[in-house]
Amino acid sequence: MSEAREFKYIGQRTIRPDGFDKVTGKANYGADLSLPGMIWGAILRSPHAHANITKLDVSRAKASPDVLAIATFEDFPSVNAAAQRDGTRRKDLMDTACNILADQKVLYHGHAVAAIAARSEAAAIEALDLIDVEYEVLTPVLNIDDAIRAEAPILHETMMTQGLAEPATQASNISARMELKKGDIEAGFAAADVIVERAYDTPTVHQGYIEPHATTVVFNENGPSMIWCPTQGHFDVRARVAQLLCLELGQLKVVASEIGGGFGGKTTVYLEPVALILSKKSGRPVKMAMSRGDVFRASGPASASQSLIKIGAKMDGTITAMQATLHYEAGAFQGSPMGPGCMTVFTPYDVENLYVEGFDVVVNKPKVAAYRAPGAPQSEFAAEMAVNELAKKIGMDPIELRLKNAAKEGTQTIYGPKLKVVGLEACLEAARSSPHYNAPIPENVGRGLAAGFWFNIGGQSSVIINLNPDGTGTIIEGSPDIGGSRASMQMMAAEILGVAPSSLNPIVADTEHVAYNQTTGGSRTTFATGMAVVEAAEDIVEQLKARAAAMWNVTAEQVDFKDGVAHNLSGEDQLTLAAICASAEKTGGQISGRANINARGAGPSFAVHICDIKVDRETGKTDVVRYTAIQDAGKAIHPSYVEGQFQGGAVQGIGWALNEEYIYSKDGVMENAGFLDYRIPLASDLPEIETIIVEVPNSFHPFGVRGVGETGIIPPLAAVGTAVAEAIGQPISSLPCSPPKILKLLMAEG
Amino acid sequence: MKSHISTTINGDPIEFLCEPSQTLLQVLRNDLGMTGTKEGCGSGDCGACSIIFDGALVCACLVLGVEAQGAAIETVEGVAAQDQLHVIQEKFLEHAALQCGICTPGLIVSTKALLAENPSPTEEEARYFLAGNLCRCTGYDKIIKAVMDAAATMRQGA
Repeated sequence: MSEAREFKYIGQRTIRPDGFDKVTGKANYGADLSLPGMIWGAILRSPHAHANITKLDVSRAKASPDVLAIATFEDFPSVNAAAQRDGTRRKDLMDTACNILADQKVLYHGHAVAAIAARSEAAAIEALDLIDVEYEVLTPVLNIDDAIRAEAPILHETMMTQGLAEPATQASNISARMELKKGDIEAGFAAADVIVERAYDTPTVHQGYIEPHATTVVFNENGPSMIWCPTQGHFDVRARVAQLLCLELGQLKVVASEIGGGFGGKTTVYLEPVALILSKKSGRPVKMAMSRGDVFRASGPASASQSLIKIGAKMDGTITAMQATLHYEAGAFQGSPMGPGCMTVFTPYDVENLYVEGFDVVVNKPKVAAYRAPGAPQSEFAAEMAVNELAKKIGMDPIELRLKNAAKEGTQTIYGPKLKVVGLEACLEAARSSPHYNAPIPENVGRGLAAGFWFNIGGQSSVIINLNPDGTGTIIEGSPDIGGSRASMQMMAAEILGVAPSSLNPIVADTEHVAYNQTTGGSRTTFATGMAVVEAAEDIVEQLKARAAAMWNVTAEQVDFKDGVAHNLSGEDQLTLAAICASAEKTGGQISGRANINARGAGPSFAVHICDIKVDRETGKTDVVRYTAIQDAGKAIHPSYVEGQFQGGAVQGIGWALNEEYIYSKDGVMENAGFLDYRIPLASDLPEIETIIVEVPNSFHPFGVRGVGETGIIPPLAAVGTAVAEAIGQPISSLPCSPPKILKLLMAEG
Repeated sequence: MKSHISTTINGDPIEFLCEPSQTLLQVLRNDLGMTGTKEGCGSGDCGACSIIFDGALVCACLVLGVEAQGAAIETVEGVAAQDQLHVIQEKFLEHAALQCGICTPGLIVSTKALLAENPSPTEEEARYFLAGNLCRCTGYDKIIKAVMDAAATMRQGA
């Protein structure tokens, strides 16, 4: 990958193949499928954040002619059997079941208690009143400090902290502790001239996808049951529902509808198993959809966090030691992204002595789900803020400080591998020469800069490419297209086959029409599914050569295939791909290519963002006046969608840093469960988001792809936080930098 | 007791029966099968269900079905002429102004309303007019570029 390659289609800005349907309203999303005889399901949710269910009586509902089916936790009798069969994931499976329909205890406001199906959505909602529930209300635990104090109410009586030096002897709200080390942390601090130490916190935030969770299902006793839903991974929906309901995988067909945003939040199941129970009981197709309030209260937001960071450095900027203690809220059930948070926190730095300790803490809030680079924005926010404070303290430019300590090829990470070729230094250099960084800082404006790191992943992908007799084709993939990935699949296949991208139609097939594909997440799709597309296309090229050889009566070795044309190396003959397809009947039948891979060699993506913020000193309101996102894409297959990922990630991070947070009453009731009060960024809040695509190729991908979806949400938190700190002349340690908080800081200043 | 409503949608005369409590969004999506208009919040905060109702840009989730009596309604399904995309739709595709696409129908309808009212918006005017349409994927950058380009193209064509 050392020399620049010439591409015909890669790097172009083609029109996405699914675009026409999406701008005309024809594309079908999660809530768009209705079936003959379909009825509607609705869910009764807990009004309490923490309570024992002392009575759950559905007899009145059962007696109502309007109620066609009821589901409660008791309808998961399979949970025990399934858990035993799949012993390794037993706890995980039980937690999923209890999260979908509560078992004896509710653990957050909005926790599902029971479900009803009726002939219309309104009738189903009305019938929820016929379910009689009584609660013994318990004291809610709403933040990390409350959860880990000695007398804290315990959410799960059987939860013992894993990962302690001595095995735990009593129940705790800390489900797990993790420790990572490198070098000698004490020696590292002893060698330092200067030490920066500060505590940071970030709030619970939501992915904020515009499409609420929804599903339409049909239970079929005699054939595969069908689930239609918007998901980032329909194969994993199939696996999870099959486990919960004790079905074989072949008894379930999951169709991934178009998906209206996910960002990690649509990687699990909420409604799907419940709808299937209701469908089985009623004998009808069932549709269910969450309201926006349900989405906020009862889907999976991102962890709130507390981080303590300590950094030691020499006066010349050499960082000698970095230490972090990280607490992540998991919500009602264990399993925050504390692990990746610990692994990523200091990875942008090549430092000899590191020590990281992480804790996974349960609280009476919804169980968290993945959100773009899960765990990394929280921990890297804290680390990057501290690094910027260090830069200020020793009077060094924040880019120079980072370049002096930048992770590069060969850097030993705290979590295991040494880094291969990475683009952090290239991103820092690009930032240093960017128009934004070289522009003077306007009056009353603060400027902040921060870096970000995400691993990126590979994993399993399966692709089939079928060619038609006229030379057009279909790319059958199984990675839900969440942001334009069909376009890049089309371009990668076209590059190999030498035909126009528009002649190849990419489709995201259901679980019956393509083999297993891992969930769209981890920035894996363009990398791993893209690699499978390339392999499937190369499989086709070999077949095209063999077919042409048969037509010319030569061996396949005597045929070359280039730019969509087969050449007879023993003569002047040429055959286009279309011509070979037209004769396929005579040379052995139609042509399909196939690839089933487990992609290795995902290349990490680093980013650097620059942010200018103006603060209104009378109201505490902040305005982003200029913003630049710089990131290593490896190779940008479709630059517009790569820029789009940078921009979208940046703006989600800006929202996280400036305004977004879950606000709870002291009783644990979420008080801002709507888009009016949980304020995500609007068009009028933002300037242009400038982008610089850095391309340091990943040698493990045929075109150099790294994956770009996630890293972009990491740097904004500290870039914005630092810009605000610069603008008000005071340190920032708590997100969001919302007007009341900023005003309080300004007023304390006097 | 259901009401019998006669209305016009995208130029077609349409009749439907609806409950007094049903929103126009529910009627469009669940009773008329016009699912191009999306539901993101049901409370008028996200703009995914933007439609043009007697010339005014509204959220269909805030209009009752019975209010459609005698009205002229335009939804995203009526923006393109058969298979000929409207300039706004073409520009959204050219500028990659959509990622997941769930907010796109609402944004296309809102942009049409913007350009009908103000054919030469400044970027700031466009950002404020479209502030009622939430997009979580794009950061709005490419949407605004598409809107400004559509406005310029439409002015040239006019």
